[in-house]
Amino acid sequence: MSASSQATNGQNKIAKPQGFDLLIYRVKKYFGRLDPYLTILGIGLWLFTYWVLCEGLQVWRFTKLPGPVAVSKDWFSTTPFQGISIFTAEYYDHIAVSCRRILIAFGIATALGVPLGLFMGWSRSIRDYIFPLIEVLRPIPILAWVPLSILLLPGFEWPVLFLATLASFFVTTLNAMLGVDSIDEEYFRAAGCLGSSRWDVFMNVVVPGALPFIFTGLQISIGVAWFSLVAAEMVSGDLGLGYLIVDAYMNNVTVPMVIAMITLGFIGYFSSALVRMLGNKLMAWHVKELNQQGR
Amino acid sequence: MSKNMKISERLGALSIKNVTKVYDPEGVNVKAVDNCSMEIEGGEVCMIVGPSGCGKTTLLNSIAGFHSITEGSIHLDNELLCGPEKPIAAQGADRMVVFQHGALFPWKTLQENVAYGPTVQKTLGAKEAMSKAGDMLAEAGLGNFLTRYPGEVSSGMARRAEIVRALINDPKVLLLDEPYRAMDALTKQIMHESLLETYDRTGVTIFFITHDLEEAIFLGDKVHIVTTRPCQLKKTVEVKIPRPRSYETQSSEDFRKLLAEVNEAVHEEAVKAFQAGERELA
Repeated sequence: MSASSQATNGQNKIAKPQGFDLLIYRVKKYFGRLDPYLTILGIGLWLFTYWVLCEGLQVWRFTKLPGPVAVSKDWFSTTPFQGISIFTAEYYDHIAVSCRRILIAFGIATALGVPLGLFMGWSRSIRDYIFPLIEVLRPIPILAWVPLSILLLPGFEWPVLFLATLASFFVTTLNAMLGVDSIDEEYFRAAGCLGSSRWDVFMNVVVPGALPFIFTGLQISIGVAWFSLVAAEMVSGDLGLGYLIVDAYMNNVTVPMVIAMITLGFIGYFSSALVRMLGNKLMAWHVKELNQQGR
Repeated sequence: MSKNMKISERLGALSIKNVTKVYDPEGVNVKAVDNCSMEIEGGEVCMIVGPSGCGKTTLLNSIAGFHSITEGSIHLDNELLCGPEKPIAAQGADRMVVFQHGALFPWKTLQENVAYGPTVQKTLGAKEAMSKAGDMLAEAGLGNFLTRYPGEVSSGMARRAEIVRALINDPKVLLLDEPYRAMDALTKQIMHESLLETYDRTGVTIFFITHDLEEAIFLGDKVHIVTTRPCQLKKTVEVKIPRPRSYETQSSEDFRKLLAEVNEAVHEEAVKAFQAGERELA
């Protein structure tokens, strides 16, 4: 026993890089691999193709589209030809409105969907009540809800929020429920013989056990929220990136349309990265387990 | 519980009488356990050996209260756990299970896992539970791994921590379902030594399911050999090798004789089980 505990002591004394050193180590490791160069090459190829089609060779209908040069000229200009650039307040108004809507919609969907899904996974009778209903409503495309939401809710803001919330809610609920289903029966049994009440089991087995699925669900759900938000803004909206796209198209200015599309892509990417980061923070145990498996 | 006490005076006597368990999947009755009786004295290490899928785990699950029995009764220290009027035993910390695949909560550190039982039973405050858990883990040689998650330590350490998680509740009976199944021979040896050390210290009754005959004889006071499905007691072999036992015991003449005796009884059942080709029940 003493020999083995000495050996483990020794192992623990090897200093692991911390803080800034760890960051440097990770950056070095990242650029030591092939991945970043392939990513850069991939983006370069895509941009080049885009340029060739629109501006280089001006292939057929692509002449209607602004090419990468035209778009970036306007995007980064203090006096944009077609009205939208990083120096105009209007651009940020649209972004802010869309982001605020996502924050509200995603927040409501998460606050309702996660507990509901967990309870559905935890209790047979709650599931029997609700699951069939959700399964019928879920396949209805979000655009099909547009007329109903405009009829039912006042103004521009409420229908848009409702549509974004709805889509996101279904994904979150379903994933939280599947997360509970995925928990090994033995954890429930272990909790039972350790003397847990039903509430203890919920808090200590159901919630943490379902977290990996919940966060997978949240990453999908924030994407779905953006998707349905933009669709909703296109149909019923007064501001926001979706509205900007449609508005630009209607007024025959194509550069803001493309700028809004690319902006949506970046914001969507960052928002799901944010959700992923939050998930990793809450699930240190899960991250460490995956690391041990070399993933 | 002192080790000077005779086994029969200790707590944790299990009496299994005429237990029958019938599963009813898809309308077809499957008898997993048939009229099985066993007497396990308090503080005894009782090893259950039998072919795969014979219903050993069913028996353990009935004791733990994970499912009901169809007929018969099970008593713990003369108190009814389950019987004709009460087909399913209440789950409780007097009978702690150590699971086949390990069931430490992967989202809790080793220390949090061990502290969980006393915390939810409210026998200790959260802080006291954590500090007692830390002490007990250190005693088991896991003092350097308190803040690790189960996914970060070896299976041997995780299993040892799981036994500590069970023992912190002062159970009367420890129910182990092939806990060392997936381990290599060397790790197994270390696990055996530490289990025997734990047993010598606590004198808890141990109900241990295994396929490994050498393990059964090395650890056990009694080896109960059960038949292939439906599970019945076929033969009981008493192991009169004195404790404390060490690994040299395994090369002794007595040990070899017992092994041959057990092997003969089990082999017959294993052949039957193989020919029946039935799938294991949960």
